[in-house]
Amino acid sequence: MSEDITKGCDTCLFYNSAQLKKLGVNVDNADHVVALAGNPNTGKSTVFNVLTGLKQHTGNWPGKTVTRAEGGYSYGDKQYKLIDLPGTYSLLSTSEDEEVARNFILFGQPDVTVIVVDASRLERNLNLVLQVLEITDRAVLCLNLMDEARRHGIEIDERTLSKDLGIPVVPTSARNNEGIPKLIQTIQDVASGKIICKPHRIKSLPKAISKAVDKLNTQIRNAYPDLPNSRWVAMRLLDGDQDVMRALTEGEFQSLEYSEQG
Amino acid sequence: MSKDKSKDILEKASSLRWEVGDNFHDKLTEGIYADAANISQRVEIKEGQGDYSFDRKLDRILTSRGFGFPIMFLILSVVLWLTIQGANYPSGMLATLLLENIHPLLKQGVASIGMIWWLDGFLIDGVYLALAWVIAVMLPPMAIFFPLFTLLEDFGYLPRVAFNMDSMFRKSGAHGKQALTMTMGWGCNAAGVVATRIIDSPRERLIAIITNNFSLCNGRWPTQILIATIFIGALVPSGWAGLTSTAAVIGIALLGVVLMFFSSWMLSRTVLKGEVSTFALELPPYRPPRFWKTIYTSLIDRTLIVLWRAMLFAAPAGAVIWLVSNIHVSDGSLANWSIEYLDGFGLLLGLNGVILLAYIVAIPANEIVIPTILMLTVANLNMMGLGAGEGVMFELDSSLETGNILKAGGWTLLTGVNLMLFSLLHNPCSTTIYTIYRETKSWKWTALASIMPLILGFVVTFLVAQFWRLLR
Repeated sequence: MSEDITKGCDTCLFYNSAQLKKLGVNVDNADHVVALAGNPNTGKSTVFNVLTGLKQHTGNWPGKTVTRAEGGYSYGDKQYKLIDLPGTYSLLSTSEDEEVARNFILFGQPDVTVIVVDASRLERNLNLVLQVLEITDRAVLCLNLMDEARRHGIEIDERTLSKDLGIPVVPTSARNNEGIPKLIQTIQDVASGKIICKPHRIKSLPKAISKAVDKLNTQIRNAYPDLPNSRWVAMRLLDGDQDVMRALTEGEFQSLEYSEQG
Repeated sequence: MSKDKSKDILEKASSLRWEVGDNFHDKLTEGIYADAANISQRVEIKEGQGDYSFDRKLDRILTSRGFGFPIMFLILSVVLWLTIQGANYPSGMLATLLLENIHPLLKQGVASIGMIWWLDGFLIDGVYLALAWVIAVMLPPMAIFFPLFTLLEDFGYLPRVAFNMDSMFRKSGAHGKQALTMTMGWGCNAAGVVATRIIDSPRERLIAIITNNFSLCNGRWPTQILIATIFIGALVPSGWAGLTSTAAVIGIALLGVVLMFFSSWMLSRTVLKGEVSTFALELPPYRPPRFWKTIYTSLIDRTLIVLWRAMLFAAPAGAVIWLVSNIHVSDGSLANWSIEYLDGFGLLLGLNGVILLAYIVAIPANEIVIPTILMLTVANLNMMGLGAGEGVMFELDSSLETGNILKAGGWTLLTGVNLMLFSLLHNPCSTTIYTIYRETKSWKWTALASIMPLILGFVVTFLVAQFWRLLR
């Protein structure tokens, strides 16, 4: 881990350039695929730019990124392909920009999903975090815009948050380069399996509903034992999600299984 | 076999759906909210209750009923005024350098290696001069306008613009988020069209796509600024010229906004009928822009990319202009013939044949309209004393000289005003047309989006010309 890295090193150019190689769009043979998800306007594109050295246009308004952008970096001896997804408030609705994010996390099977949240608006941002954690069990929470939170007199107990969510939490201020080395290291630890996540599952459900989810989940699990997000698939099916139904009938989940093994 | 498993699962799901009832979605959402609230309560330590009083105070002013719109106009005016005033000087310097100093050097250079006359003309007088012109005219205003606009964007002002205009868009039957795509269109219409993906309803998205062209784009701001400086600014004493031309450009930009409302309203009453959908617009916190970084990235990303695009299109256009001016059919060049052919219709619209031909040549990029117009004017008048030859874009180091050329070409105040109107109201550039097709996947909507503004442009300029002539 990188506890030894003091804060002064974070913003030091020499330190960063020694460890991190920004690969721009050169990501032909990546070892790990990392997705950047999060609410609109939390600084995903800024994190993306800091890591890849690319210059995705950033702007202070929600909905700026509508397509996904790809870039890469290498750290240690591994190459990472980074996907900047459009910001979404939820994975439950159906607008085109949100669908890009939803389908990628669900079907694209990134090795690590970095969920970028606005530290000064944690509660609202957690709605998406909890949904993402239903889908994937390899995630890192990037608690971004820490400078803004501090300015507004908000502090976050990261350790409790990390324990409650079951994933590592890295506080950052991407536009000041704060916390980025730690983020890179944490992504590597999750990708390599050094950190095992035990993601939070949505708890506050009425009995009848959680029972139905469990029943369907068991059946899906029996049919597709390697599907990592069967509980989410069960929830989407109970919600009548056409995309997931189609994916099921057209055997997309099956191909996922094989690619997982391969 | 796996087909059967999938079928079993789907059957099970639908039977369970009956059991849990149709409030599954709501209960799930409630559950997520409850969990989120629990966790954030445990981990969030607020001193006071999170101090957003500054943001709220600022929002109360910037989005207030009384001040919201005046402040918007004021900000837009300041940005444009700084652009107009600031761009003049570096434009002149660049023109002197590229056109008066480097061009003769290049001419001497090729003369000394004995290049064939038509290749020399084609490359140096066609391609090079077109490029030099685009740089001299476009680089300075862009290098001022884009950073200013980006600073506003980083500060968080754009969502407030959207907030102010939301109710007007909804009244015209469109989506409130169209205000955001409209402001994107002020940078580039192709980008504005792509940005409409944030609108969920296909009906409202189509309206936003079709009407985005009414947002003046990068390629058209310089045309507006230059023509306003020459024809409108010259009407008043020189001390007021900057302010008056700024007002004229803002007038055109606002006319675009009004026409966007109007055409959205028309579309939602006719071919794109339907309900207006509601949405929640998040007003992000104000963030102090990172000044130097913003200046740097907007110069590198926006300015140079747009300039590169302009040059990419200007080079072949310069070549085409040189060719049509130098290929002769009986006693006139191709350019002469087509200008003469278009002149009748052009004059009816208060424009002229040169302008219409320039708009045909410049379909790939609005940026090169003015250089093309000047060049064709000179070629057509055979003003050999001013231009260096037929199809040659010549040196113009002040807007005064540009004005003299245009006036020699028979331009009046009406021509200037109608060119500004036509620059707002004509077909989108070819990149935008292609983007519209890619986003809508329909030739029908692409055709409508391309032809509707052109027809509107013909109608508006025609009416203005008729009234103008009546009143005189």
